[in-house]
Amino acid sequence: MFAAENGLRGDPRLQAISEAIRVVPHFPKQGIMFQDITTLLLNHKAFKDTVDIFVDRYRDMGISVVAGVEARGFMFGPSIALAIGAKFVPLRKPRKLPGKVISEAYELEYGADCLEMHVGAVQPGERALVIDDLVATGGTLSAAIRLLERVGAEVVECACVIGLPEVKGQHKLNGKPLYVLVEPREIDDCY
Amino acid sequence: MSAYTDEDPRIHAIKTQIRVVPNFPKPGIMFQDITTLLLDPKAFKDTIDLFVERYKGKNISVVAGIEARGFIFGPPIALAIGAKFVPLRKPRKLPGEVIFEEYTLEYGKDRLEMHVGAVEPGERALVVDDLIATGGTLCAAMNLLERVGAEVVECACVIELPDLQGRQRLNGKPLYVLVEYH
Repeated sequence: MFAAENGLRGDPRLQAISEAIRVVPHFPKQGIMFQDITTLLLNHKAFKDTVDIFVDRYRDMGISVVAGVEARGFMFGPSIALAIGAKFVPLRKPRKLPGKVISEAYELEYGADCLEMHVGAVQPGERALVIDDLVATGGTLSAAIRLLERVGAEVVECACVIGLPEVKGQHKLNGKPLYVLVEPREIDDCY
Repeated sequence: MSAYTDEDPRIHAIKTQIRVVPNFPKPGIMFQDITTLLLDPKAFKDTIDLFVERYKGKNISVVAGIEARGFIFGPPIALAIGAKFVPLRKPRKLPGEVIFEEYTLEYGKDRLEMHVGAVEPGERALVVDDLIATGGTLCAAMNLLERVGAEVVECACVIELPDLQGRQRLNGKPLYVLVEYH
């Protein structure tokens, strides 16, 4: 669900967050309008507001785990974890995490990829949040949910800054609630 | 300098939370795994606080973090000191116009990229990563920032491996670390 439909309608912070995100056409390939959050990170107030909105939502939900998807989930997740007193668990591409890991495959447009999590990072019964910058098809987030559920955690919600049209109208991903701050913007001139 | 030598009482817990994984990514390397530090909310918070206490009020407007573990420590520091966060990334990850700096690895080369326009001339910048080993990556990061006219105030890492002498590769730029591993 979008933040504007869930208590934050008209919140001026959402407009500023949306406008701080840059759209880069034809990246990484023709036809893709890439939603670039790095410009949001350059705007201290908008970046802080982004984190604050998530923190305000999650601070009293008994969440002990914030799992962030590599790499842009690392830019938002730790600040949220620190503010709500949760641990931060990085979910990484293959062979980045040292020691014992569990692995979950997911589909790409062409081919497949894998997400890994450390064995022992999350205990059964822990309440977890999954965070990434953007949700498109939901494939990566679904893999993240499966990893956490395999170790017995309860995924309370998936949170993203941006939600693509595929998820509009969907309140759930794999049966898990999805919370998104803004929709992707178009740009004025395409070429 | 390091907080380690100053014996701040928070340092001990930070050091003990870092897990050493032998022979990763290859035999002979004792990998310093900071993910276990991130599992301890108090120790993680103390880590960030130590950096924030050092850099708050120093007119630093840019925190540049090196992919990927620099992305874990950099943004919380940036947010707390009122600076922007600039990710320094592996090739072809950043969309739009970038500048790049090459650096040598044990075998071969790699490069670090930064967005054109992210940093303005005259800005005061911090470079953040989880660990400094040989200093090659940090050096590339500093070069990127200086090429666009920023002033690198300091490099900040959680861990230093002093035996690899990375500190000496930083062209005289100060380095601040919390723990050393010999």
